[in-house]
Amino acid sequence: MSTQDKFEMPWQYSFPPFFTLQPNLDTRKLQLDAWCALVLSYFRTHRLCVIDVNESQSSPLFSNTTLNRKLSPETISVILDELRKTGNLEWIDKNKRRAWVLWKSVDEWAKVLYRWAVDNGMLSTVCTFYELIHGQDTTEEEFHGMDQDLLLKALRCLEHQKRAEIISMDGNMGVKFF
Amino acid sequence: MNRFEQLSVEAYSSILKTEENIAKQRSVGLYDGEERSPVFDRGILYLTPTNLIWIDEEDESLAIRLHLSTIILAEDQRAGSDQSSKISLHLNPPSENFSPVQVSEANHVKLSFREGGMTEFFRRLSDTLMRKRWETVVGVKPVGPPSRREMRTGISGIEKTLQAQQATVNIHISKAFEDLSNLMTMAKDTVNLTKNLVSRLKNKQGEITEDETTQLKSYLLSLGVDDPVTRDAYGNDNSYYRGLAIEVSSVMSKPLKEKGGLMTLTDVYVYVNRARGFELVSPEDLLRACRLMESLRLPTKLKVFDSGVVTLELSDLMDADVVKRTKEALDKSPLTPEMLSREFGISVVLAREMLLLAEARGAACRDESIEGLRFFPNKFVLSK
Repeated sequence: MSTQDKFEMPWQYSFPPFFTLQPNLDTRKLQLDAWCALVLSYFRTHRLCVIDVNESQSSPLFSNTTLNRKLSPETISVILDELRKTGNLEWIDKNKRRAWVLWKSVDEWAKVLYRWAVDNGMLSTVCTFYELIHGQDTTEEEFHGMDQDLLLKALRCLEHQKRAEIISMDGNMGVKFF
Repeated sequence: MNRFEQLSVEAYSSILKTEENIAKQRSVGLYDGEERSPVFDRGILYLTPTNLIWIDEEDESLAIRLHLSTIILAEDQRAGSDQSSKISLHLNPPSENFSPVQVSEANHVKLSFREGGMTEFFRRLSDTLMRKRWETVVGVKPVGPPSRREMRTGISGIEKTLQAQQATVNIHISKAFEDLSNLMTMAKDTVNLTKNLVSRLKNKQGEITEDETTQLKSYLLSLGVDDPVTRDAYGNDNSYYRGLAIEVSSVMSKPLKEKGGLMTLTDVYVYVNRARGFELVSPEDLLRACRLMESLRLPTKLKVFDSGVVTLELSDLMDADVVKRTKEALDKSPLTPEMLSREFGISVVLAREMLLLAEARGAACRDESIEGLRFFPNKFVLSK
């Protein structure tokens, strides 16, 4: 938890125009780049995967109470759309209310998971999703506390590469790495 | 003849000494009504502000006078083939205690000018009658005051009233024109005076305070352009607009420089028309004239901002200059259009345009909040 406290907002966060979508396209490009970088580093630091558009409006990420400035829902949409274009975001529902913020791409997640299995001698062993996400052995791992659907997505990627098999047991999900 | 009274030599010489001698004519004979008077047949007729005096040419002791207040109307009668020209005088009835020189039934007399001079005498007589000086002149009064009752009835009454009215109107009109021509002659002097003041102002700069200078300038401005370009002075519209463009350009060059190079056309409109004073220009004419400026290579030109705001700016003014000035102001502190307008002494509309231009050129960025629209230096670019 110490990493969360140490998270430092960039200088833009205390610059009021940062919270107004700039009409000048060149300026806007720079502004959105800064926002995308901030969102990704914020999510990485806080080990967050899912963003809820409605809830995020009041989160400290998009709302600076010191300046009394916050992003409008429209501007948040623009930023998320920008993240989607760079492959750092994937909508979960069709209504675009929730999305995965991919500070690692699904491919990268798959690699991280497979390396963990190799490094910890978990090949040919069945691990439940619960163990991976909430287990005591994974507290130091980046995927600890990860969204289960996103985990599934990454594992499907490994399955496709014939490096894992997803098993369903009495409603509980598990995975076997090869 | 019963309105005339006898005058002694002393009496008439005193009158002629004290009163202004308006007209004098020799060889005048009198008619009592239509009858030629054998007694007063050839004499000198004098006109004073209050009296007509007739003195016999042969016998100076034979003299009579008619007080002018007795005359209702004087008519001139041009000379016929065998007649000399005459003036006929319609008279008021005599007052009761009046002792006339001769008793008569007739209510009019005639003055026959045997040796001419009627026209001139008639003109002066009419003039004198119109002025009614006897009402104000204190001096020789008629011995038996003639009836002062105004004739208000009958044709003569109406005629008299009309005559009096016409006389007053004439006086008013000529007075009015006198004022106007005075103004015209003064205008040139006033313009010269202001030009003098301006040159003295230039020489004396430093000795007078900024406030006084501004005040004087505003006076000068309100005195206006001495030779405004008007549509009448130009044959066709095109040359009118060209002339107007040149005038506006020369009038506005200086204020534009003082205001940083550009002003909204609305402000220019007010400026130009205040300078003209009258012969005002319509907004359409001003806009048309300003459109011609660029092709005429004048020192000012029209600029339309993306938002549609129309301004007049110095031709050598570059957008970059405006952006630079705006940015320098922003570097001191973030600004709202209102704040910039105060800083530069320009209208809010224009200040807003300048900020938007700076924003479009990437020199500024905006902060929109419930507090309003503010502009900051574009730190996004600077930190790249």
